Amino acid sequence: MMSSVTCGYLPLVDSAPLIIAKDLLFATQEGLDLTLVKQPSWSAIRDHLAFGQLDFAHLLSPMPIAMSSGQSGYPVQIDALMVLALNGTVIGVSTDMANRMAAQGWAPYFDNPRATSAAVLAGGQQTLRIGVPFPFSMHRLLVDYWLRQDPAFANDRVEIISVPPPQMSQALRNGRIDMFCVGEPWGSVAVQDSGAVLVLPTSAIWNCVPEKVLGARRNWVTQNPATCHAMVRAVYRAARWLEQPQNVPLAVEILASSKHLDLPDHAIEPALTGQIRPRSGADPLRVDRFMVFHNGAANFPWRSQASWISAQLGVPDQSQCFRSDIYRAALTPIGVDIPNASAKVEGVLSEETPVTNPKGALILAPDNFYDGAAFDIATETTPKE
Amino acid sequence: MTQCLNILVVEPNADKALEISDALQENGWSDVTVIGLNADIAEAVASHNPDLILIDLTNPDRDTLEHLSMTSQAQSRPVAMFVDHTDDTMTKAAISAGVSAYVVNGLHADRIKPVLETAIARFHMIQKMQTELVAAKRALSDRKMIDRAKGLVMRARGISENEAYNLLRTTAMSQGRKVADVAQALVTSADLLG
Repeated sequence: MMSSVTCGYLPLVDSAPLIIAKDLLFATQEGLDLTLVKQPSWSAIRDHLAFGQLDFAHLLSPMPIAMSSGQSGYPVQIDALMVLALNGTVIGVSTDMANRMAAQGWAPYFDNPRATSAAVLAGGQQTLRIGVPFPFSMHRLLVDYWLRQDPAFANDRVEIISVPPPQMSQALRNGRIDMFCVGEPWGSVAVQDSGAVLVLPTSAIWNCVPEKVLGARRNWVTQNPATCHAMVRAVYRAARWLEQPQNVPLAVEILASSKHLDLPDHAIEPALTGQIRPRSGADPLRVDRFMVFHNGAANFPWRSQASWISAQLGVPDQSQCFRSDIYRAALTPIGVDIPNASAKVEGVLSEETPVTNPKGALILAPDNFYDGAAFDIATETTPKE
Repeated sequence: MTQCLNILVVEPNADKALEISDALQENGWSDVTVIGLNADIAEAVASHNPDLILIDLTNPDRDTLEHLSMTSQAQSRPVAMFVDHTDDTMTKAAISAGVSAYVVNGLHADRIKPVLETAIARFHMIQKMQTELVAAKRALSDRKMIDRAKGLVMRARGISENEAYNLLRTTAMSQGRKVADVAQALVTSADLLG
């Protein structure tokens, strides 16, 4: 018998694993009659999930932590069953700001966080207004993490405001913001429509950003373990399918013609191929691991990722929100290679690293921070000197 | 009876905004400001200094409001109504009606409740009207489609209107489809074949 489930999503390129799970029938194969419900905003998807109008949701990865710790909306325990996508977001500036940065000697890098933050904050005392999609987003946490390290940073130099992604380009054009951090396709749209200049992929700040997760209410997860396992398997297979290079052209076509996304193929392609055009008229740059759906154990919900996010948000550790136990229970029976540990020290892998596990060798993706930081739950829980 | 509460309604659809602000004014809240499409919500909150903000649950501008609730000064911080768990029944009613409310100046729950009840009732009415409107439009376009299909069948087979309709109906029943869908398929094929 098929079980009916609903999953809310925002029409962004990184909702692709959910759309592929539905349209290529990975969900049906798992006995799920999956209905995808498009949501207009992060507040709306949060409320609909919190009040039980959705079973699953495509969430910004800080959202389960913010919701579980009572920081965002109706306080309710929310779990992340798996990571849906790593990276995939870009930081861009207005034409005026790019010119000011060039006058400070900034060259159009796309991979130099230090030189770029120096140019962003150099010369002038005015407050920079930076648009992000939602207060509880990796976008905000990473922009904050990055700018704070610059010697010229001061709290009053930066004002971060939330702007819904489809309005980001217009907000830049109208001068409501000077700078933004947003997920594809909205960065490329701003380049095309508003003369934005992209200055960094957020993967240049942390090259293993857990960007979106599959969320569900903890009560519901406890009551519906089989359904959760089936959903994790379906989305896992969709993510694996998406990451095969030979499937990318077909994936672009399926996503562009899907009624779920409503984006043209030229808006979808840059993210899936990692070919990003940083300014109008420039040649696209190839960004390694621009948006990762699967490789390097990308879907594994590391408890240490949740701890890092909790620390950045300044809330008590919510590592138990990232359900590596459920992920393992869902995928072990179908022979998937899964890390033995549920947490790692974030930031210490500078290249693809094999780890041993019962099945043999599993490759973990690099996870460096640009400043060389290492984040260890074990030491973070004790006060720093 | 007038009640001095400064209420900000955020609603891009002008008809709907008017409905809501009328409902509030009829019930004695005269100080209602409406902002619509492309308004800068942060700026509106700062300049109007409302006590209460009413906004469609699905309005993307809510994400901006949520951010204000984190960063504003304590005095002018908009707080989502359901954060404090005081009235879960009311919260669920609001969610199902598609309305959300933000309290700005630490307004007391007793004073929010009647406003919300009014807003919830009016949101429900608007929802119902929209559903009825969609159903009415649908019925009209189905009827037009069936009329065109009937005409095609009558001409092609030289039969009466009743016979044509019966033929469409039996075909639909035998295929487990709606008459309107069979009619649509026929009209599309006829258009294609010229």
